[in-house]
Amino acid sequence: MAESMVSIDGVHMVFNQGGADEVTALSGIDLEIAPGDFVSLIGPSGCGKSTLLRLIGDLLSPTSGTVTVNGKPASRARLDRDYAMVFQQATLLEWRKVIRNVELPLEIMGMDPRARRAKAREMLDLVELGGFADHYPWQLSGGMQQRVAIARALSFDPALLLMDEPFGALDEMTRERLQMELMRIWQRTGKTIVFVTHSIPEAVFLSTRVVVMSPRPGRIVETIDIDLPRPRTFDTREDPRFFELLTQVREALRGVEVEVP
Amino acid sequence: MTTWLGRYLPAAGLFVAGLAVWEAFVVVFDIQGFLLPRPSVIAGTFLRELPVVVPAGLFTLREAVGGFAMGAVLAVLAALATARWSLVREGILPFAVAANSTPIIALAPITNQWFGITNPLSKMTVVAVMVFFPVMINMVRGLTEVKTSELELMRSYAARPLEVLWKVRIPNSLPFLFSALKVGTALSVIGAIVAEYFGGSRQALGVYISQQAALFHFAEAWAAIIVGSVMGIGFYAVVLAAERLAMPWHVSLRSG
Amino acid sequence: MQDQVAIARPLPGPALRPPIANLRKGFAFLLVLACVVAAWEGYKLMAGATGGRVPFTDVALPVRGDDKSMPHVWDILAALFSPRQRGSDELLFPFLLKNALFTWREAATGFLGGSTLGFLLGVAFARSKLLERGLMPYVVISQTVPLIAIAPMVVIWGSAVGWPAWVSVSLIAAYLTFFPVTINTLRGLLSPPATATELMRSYAATPSQMLWKLQVPAALPYVFTALKVSATASVIGAIIGELPAGLNEGLGRSLLTFSYYYISGPEKLYGAILVSALLGIAFVGLVSGVERLVVRRGGAGG
Repeated sequence: MAESMVSIDGVHMVFNQGGADEVTALSGIDLEIAPGDFVSLIGPSGCGKSTLLRLIGDLLSPTSGTVTVNGKPASRARLDRDYAMVFQQATLLEWRKVIRNVELPLEIMGMDPRARRAKAREMLDLVELGGFADHYPWQLSGGMQQRVAIARALSFDPALLLMDEPFGALDEMTRERLQMELMRIWQRTGKTIVFVTHSIPEAVFLSTRVVVMSPRPGRIVETIDIDLPRPRTFDTREDPRFFELLTQVREALRGVEVEVP
Repeated sequence: MTTWLGRYLPAAGLFVAGLAVWEAFVVVFDIQGFLLPRPSVIAGTFLRELPVVVPAGLFTLREAVGGFAMGAVLAVLAALATARWSLVREGILPFAVAANSTPIIALAPITNQWFGITNPLSKMTVVAVMVFFPVMINMVRGLTEVKTSELELMRSYAARPLEVLWKVRIPNSLPFLFSALKVGTALSVIGAIVAEYFGGSRQALGVYISQQAALFHFAEAWAAIIVGSVMGIGFYAVVLAAERLAMPWHVSLRSG
Repeated sequence: MQDQVAIARPLPGPALRPPIANLRKGFAFLLVLACVVAAWEGYKLMAGATGGRVPFTDVALPVRGDDKSMPHVWDILAALFSPRQRGSDELLFPFLLKNALFTWREAATGFLGGSTLGFLLGVAFARSKLLERGLMPYVVISQTVPLIAIAPMVVIWGSAVGWPAWVSVSLIAAYLTFFPVTINTLRGLLSPPATATELMRSYAATPSQMLWKLQVPAALPYVFTALKVSATASVIGAIIGELPAGLNEGLGRSLLTFSYYYISGPEKLYGAILVSALLGIAFVGLVSGVERLVVRRGGAGG
């Protein structure tokens, strides 16, 4: 078996253990993600998909079980900067101009100023925002901000991208454009991407695999391989196979949606 | 331009009308000057008293600015220290909030005893304590009320705590800090004047005001108060300018 | 000066915390208190040991550490429970409390008057754009004037007109109270989101229904934030007002008296300061108590 990019083994996650407000967020999670995979985590609110993403990023530690990233413990992978995170909110630091936001991780990693400026420009060009380097984040639309966040995530060339509903706050049109852009970037760079989403079409359109989760305690109920041809285009969304897969994911989700908060 | 006019015209109109009514009221009802001086008398007195009032104002301004600087610097240092240790923060914050609800001006007689009644340091200390608590409370809030996602982002980069402090917490605290500093400017000028009501140098504005008031020289006292407010506004403007320099990105400075 | 208000934004209500967290808070508070006392006494010890110099230098310490300048904490506490002056039967603490009560009555009178005025102004401004534009700049400018600085004048003026001194003192307290209340009432009344206003309009609610069912409830947290700031301000106003008032009672008077006789009993001045601080804290505490009764909305966000 090829070495996994992410390997999750018997993970349980309990918040406030022993307290009156104890919550089991995740229970018995096993998941392997191969290099170059695009895996979407989908499920109703409270299924722990964001928690799972944070466990992979070592932003949280599991109550039990192990998380291996790039062949090492998640904590080691974080210190080695093996992954980059993209949040639902762009999370640009408002006091930094766009270019300086893209430079932020490079700065922390100790790259010299000239090199990191050049790298940041290259990344902004990649997301087609080269002309906005000297703007402040508030001068950009939500979609543009999210593209800056993606440029920032790619700037230090991590092997793995962890994306937590990155397009969740955008309108439908911007969202589809950014999905195409992400596809293009993914195709070009060959990154492994773990992508949390609420949206069934988004998951099916983007992924090589969709992982369907159930709420409280979060479990994986089904993993669906997406065998749509690549590269995916606007036509993909009209492919009959696309609709079949949508239905398949929806059916899987229906089984788990016992309570909607 | 027209919107600007529309915004301030009602206020300006009211101001002129108010002055006229005041002047007329005093003349028509023949109010004695010591009870309510006419605006024109205040203006005349102001010009006449300028050579006395302006140096007095500068003397007091020095106390205010000195105390403001002492208090603000100490408050920022204290806030940085507490941002590091949550137990210290949890203890100091309620303490600071309690201290903030006390009449700190009551310390004036003590600092008069400590440093001597005419020593500017006695007023500076009171001003410093007054400025200290709001600045510290706001700075601690600014250092701690950081978006979770920003902290997660920094953690995902495996940033060291010092980097998180420099690159996220301190920039995040600047709007909080400046809003407290702006309040502090008015507070420090008022604090210095009022501290002088407990006694102070003959050259001080507060002493001048209380003496003139006691002699029923209200026009003179008003002239001194005008100097005091002009100083307060000037000091405020300086801090406002510093704020614009320090955070060109901030919401309050966005045009259009 | 509008920023004055930035600090007076209502904070999210206290989240329900397990008792253990409160215990920790209380402990931390006591720890800080102990540190302050220790620093005070430590400073005295150090000054005694070095002869009033900064250790290892020739630089004089800013404040002398002797018992005249900085009495021992226990001496201050003991003074509170000793006769207030030689030959008197009355202890210092009850004497100061009596004066604090006097000052509080002046402050509270002004506070009630000032906050009522402030609230009404806020409502008027929320109703009428023209009123707001005409008057608001004055309300704001009135705060850039070192307004407490007119205290001596108000008092002396008042006595010339023939008012009892406490009326002038209350007037000063009221003047200090109304501004934060006006501003925060206005902000609070305008705080409901547009959708809530549209909802009320879709029910064809009358303006007074809009005010009482939507705007006032939304404004309450803002108003109470201002009231807490004002409670302290009114106490400060009352103390400052008492200085030139020539009253025989009140904390301002006590502060002046005990600073005249500082040499014969520095602890008494410290006692008076301590009681002034307690009065401020108690008044703010009282307002917070009322807030908890009125704004019965638990949980974060309120």
